[in-house]
Amino acid sequence: MSVLKYAPEALKNLFRPPVTTSYPFKPFEPADRTRGRIEIEIDQCIGCGMCVRACPSSALTVDKNAGKWTINRFDCIACGFCVEKCPKKCLSMQQFYQEPGPEKNEVTYTKSPEVLAEEARKREEAAKKAAEAKAAMEAKKAAEAAAAAKEEK
Amino acid sequence: MGKRSIIPYGPQHPVLPEPIHIDLVIEDERVIEAIPSVGFIHRGLESLVDRRDIHQLTYVIERTCGICSFGHGMGYCETMEDIFGVEVPKRAKFLRTIWFELSRMHSHLLWLGLLADAFGYENLFYQCWRIREKVLDLIEMTTGGRVIFSVNKIGGVLKDISPEHLRLIDSSIDDIKAELEVIKKTFIEDSTVQSRLRGIGIITKEQAHALGCAGPVARASGIRCDMRKRGYEAYQFLDFEPIISDAGDCFARCYCRLMEVFQSIDLIHQAIGMIPDETDISIDVKGNPTGESFIRIEQPRGEAVFYVKASGKPHIDRFRLRTPTFANLPGLCEMLKGAELSDVGLMVVTIDPCISCTER
Ligand code: SF4
Ligand code: SF4
Repeated sequence: MSVLKYAPEALKNLFRPPVTTSYPFKPFEPADRTRGRIEIEIDQCIGCGMCVRACPSSALTVDKNAGKWTINRFDCIACGFCVEKCPKKCLSMQQFYQEPGPEKNEVTYTKSPEVLAEEARKREEAAKKAAEAKAAMEAKKAAEAAAAAKEEK
Repeated sequence: MGKRSIIPYGPQHPVLPEPIHIDLVIEDERVIEAIPSVGFIHRGLESLVDRRDIHQLTYVIERTCGICSFGHGMGYCETMEDIFGVEVPKRAKFLRTIWFELSRMHSHLLWLGLLADAFGYENLFYQCWRIREKVLDLIEMTTGGRVIFSVNKIGGVLKDISPEHLRLIDSSIDDIKAELEVIKKTFIEDSTVQSRLRGIGIITKEQAHALGCAGPVARASGIRCDMRKRGYEAYQFLDFEPIISDAGDCFARCYCRLMEVFQSIDLIHQAIGMIPDETDISIDVKGNPTGESFIRIEQPRGEAVFYVKASGKPHIDRFRLRTPTFANLPGLCEMLKGAELSDVGLMVVTIDPCISCTER
């Protein structure tokens, strides 16, 4: 047992380079998997709302018809569960952190006008098709009913 | 007999890492009685169960603690897996074990630093935290977070560790081990450290048993209790013996935790050697289960108990978490009786208090 067991190491440390990095002069190097902040490729999003239902801190909102996806980055706890759940894989974790700000504000991403127009066109087409199908169904039913009535006579 | 007076100690005190308040009844310089009170940072995590669904809760419960976060998430997932009646893929078990042991290493290294700081050895404190930083880097590399891992899910884990990263962990922990040897010598052999730790804050085996101490505090008093021996996750395949000391004093607690870091290194080596080469790391669980379950796991600070009651609804009915610090508080009050006032800070640190966990 002795005193100053650590003295030799402590002396050596005087001549070793520092282990800390001098941020911000030397930039921060994240790992590949670093969970920083969420980004979205908004044009891929189908507005299904899976991410909204997954989020444990209620940081997300989605408006399917308006093509809007909103995140409150200061509520987000960077758990990555939304990234896991998104069926279109349009969410990703960036390796840099959210910068500090004076208030807890929300950021809204809106789909580009072309994509929105395209989607509106598709919706209209689908609605038209559905209407046509419905009309055809009804016509068929009416014809069948008429045939049945004839037979009865 | 001197005059009795009461010194309020904490919740804000230079030596206390966490907000616990203790009323110290003292006579001259000696503590006669210690009356703790907790509840300064209650966050109501357990009551969040009726607002968050079972999968979201994994991330909520993980945030019970900023140090042993992984264990809490894993404990909850194990409890839910028990209710669902599913078996986690073997690779996921090993991954969980590796991460759990890494988190134990970083928790114990943090504590060793705090202890060194509490007995006034600043240099040693820096060295412990410098080594801990390397463990944190390994954790960040594999999970993406430094203290909050967020890799657990009910039914397995979300991320795999690639073979290169496993090899890197394998070699890095050997470097860490070499650096730890230097620190170990100081902790165990330096007479200034000894004079501050030996014979102070003794809890005998009988006392530890009667007061229900857990984890390293119980093991330092000679009780052979380590929940990892229960064989959950991959511990059933690993070969280890709980580290025990008989003295029951502050030094014994320091010794147990220090040696447990080495044990963790050994366990990680074993786990990396045995990890099966599968691609399955999780299974999907569906629906809302019914049932209740009770799981005990060994957190860095001791035994944590998880209880879940579910009744087929999207939200579980009840979640309960008994944290190790809660079990160790009676032991702390017992050891403070008769202590010198100047040793109180040191003794509080030696139970490795995590008051934020305790108050959830
Ligand atoms: S990372 Fe987690 S907290 Fe953040 S938005 Fe996604 S689910 Fe919500
Ligand atoms: S889960 Fe993906 S596709 Fe669905 S709303 Fe969210 S971001 Fe869009």
